[in-house]
Amino acid sequence: MISRRNLLKSIGATALAGSALAMPALARANGNAAGRVVIVGGGFGGATAAKYIKRRAPGIDVTLVEASGRFYTCPFSNLYLGGLRDFDSIGHDYAELTGRYGVRLVADLARDVDGAGRTVTLASGETLAYDRLVLAPGIDFRWDAIEGYDEAAAELAPHAWKAGPQTKLLKAQLEALEDGGLFVLSAPADPFRCPPGPYERVSLIAHYLKTHKPRSKILILDAKDAFSKQGLFTAGWQALYGDLIEWVGLSNDGKVVRVDAAAGEVETEFGTIHKAGVLNVIPPQKAGFIAHAAGVVNESGWVPVRAETFESAQVPGIHVVGDATIAAPMPKSGFSANAQGKVVAAAVVAALGGPASPEPVFANTCYSLVGPDYGISVAGVYRAADGKVVPVEGSGGLSPAEADAAYRRREARYTLGWYAAITQDIWGTAA
Amino acid sequence: MRRSSVFHAAGLASAALLAAVLAGAAAAQEADASLLAGACASCHGTDGRSPGSIPPLAGKPFAVLSAQLAAFKAGEARDATVMTRLALGYSDAELEALARHFSQIEP
Repeated sequence: MISRRNLLKSIGATALAGSALAMPALARANGNAAGRVVIVGGGFGGATAAKYIKRRAPGIDVTLVEASGRFYTCPFSNLYLGGLRDFDSIGHDYAELTGRYGVRLVADLARDVDGAGRTVTLASGETLAYDRLVLAPGIDFRWDAIEGYDEAAAELAPHAWKAGPQTKLLKAQLEALEDGGLFVLSAPADPFRCPPGPYERVSLIAHYLKTHKPRSKILILDAKDAFSKQGLFTAGWQALYGDLIEWVGLSNDGKVVRVDAAAGEVETEFGTIHKAGVLNVIPPQKAGFIAHAAGVVNESGWVPVRAETFESAQVPGIHVVGDATIAAPMPKSGFSANAQGKVVAAAVVAALGGPASPEPVFANTCYSLVGPDYGISVAGVYRAADGKVVPVEGSGGLSPAEADAAYRRREARYTLGWYAAITQDIWGTAA
Repeated sequence: MRRSSVFHAAGLASAALLAAVLAGAAAAQEADASLLAGACASCHGTDGRSPGSIPPLAGKPFAVLSAQLAAFKAGEARDATVMTRLALGYSDAELEALARHFSQIEP
């Protein structure tokens, strides 16, 4: 028999539980987490971390340092080059992050980081104090890696490996190329941003040339002997473009060692000179500038991190996401950065008084278009073990080599769906 | 009369309490799935509200999501592409948690 006193107690408990349940589960669990987080870089990794920290713990003060008001994505810049999209459609702003999630946007460049004093100095001279710092600096180029290829040379022979004016320059050059001209792309050795990117780029430029300048050819000079999704790309090129695309790997003298941007010429390791109508040099890369200033980069030029939290292995209190990190076997992709940004968000909330982060699981899918209706993908699921990112055995892999046209069409459709979803997930602007 | 209504009220209250406890347990599980579910959002949109050609997940019945994920993992889903490869990276319990997570989100 229930006593009146116990009955009241249980009603009270129910009422309490009821009111608690009315709050979103995450806000209830993490609402007490507080502190100052500074995020440098508003690309795939940084903007994701900003949004997901705020979603987990709205009480945390998040400042995003990003100089450009609009971020143009490297993913899908190849669709612009191939004439499948306009440039505006790959740009995204920060209105949702600031307006809906309460992220403070500082339109400036980070100049220095004091990891011991926990401050970031901006180009303006302003100093931001942090409890946790997230660096999402992307890549910088190694301007000393290829003789003759420096920032001035890139104004003549673009890299177009950071989306923006460089991408538009390359597009204009392709449009000016005469029918029968040669497009030459120089691809770097691993590791570099977006492993399938150079090969998707030549695919969609081949689509453009086949449509508008059918006597033209493409030559890829590669500093490695194997590349991402190679079998799928090669079969796709044969199926869609015949012999329009030629690939020369490292062992066949594919490594470019000197560039004469004014003449549109490149020289390979064993002295062969190739003259291009349009020359696209994707140079070797390293972590973005601010990672070096913060002291989180090791001798490889990239950032070692603990896979469980993506916190720097060298400087406590600094998390690093995206292309700048050493996360292999996860590729340097926008998808990876998005996945890492969410793990960092959970880790940062935990570090600032929220509950412990669940064990991280990372996923990645790199879609590539070989043609407008011909998509291919490589996928992977990863977990953290002893500080390293490890693939889950038996998971992931490539699109099947023998797939039919319907499968390739579906993956082309999903490529577009992926871009719409991930840009919505990060910047809130579905393209 | 009075006695029976007290019993009645007590029965209701404990049923409500039980429901609250169960919901609390589900909420705890959901919180855990939130990090797992982050990976889904990269293609299916934030909270599984897809803006594009990839199917939305938010608000789909638990049984439907759970059966579909199991079919992906078993390699038996029709017209599947990348999900056949990704589902193999998750335990059955994780796939269940994901199905529950997205079934509880308003579409």
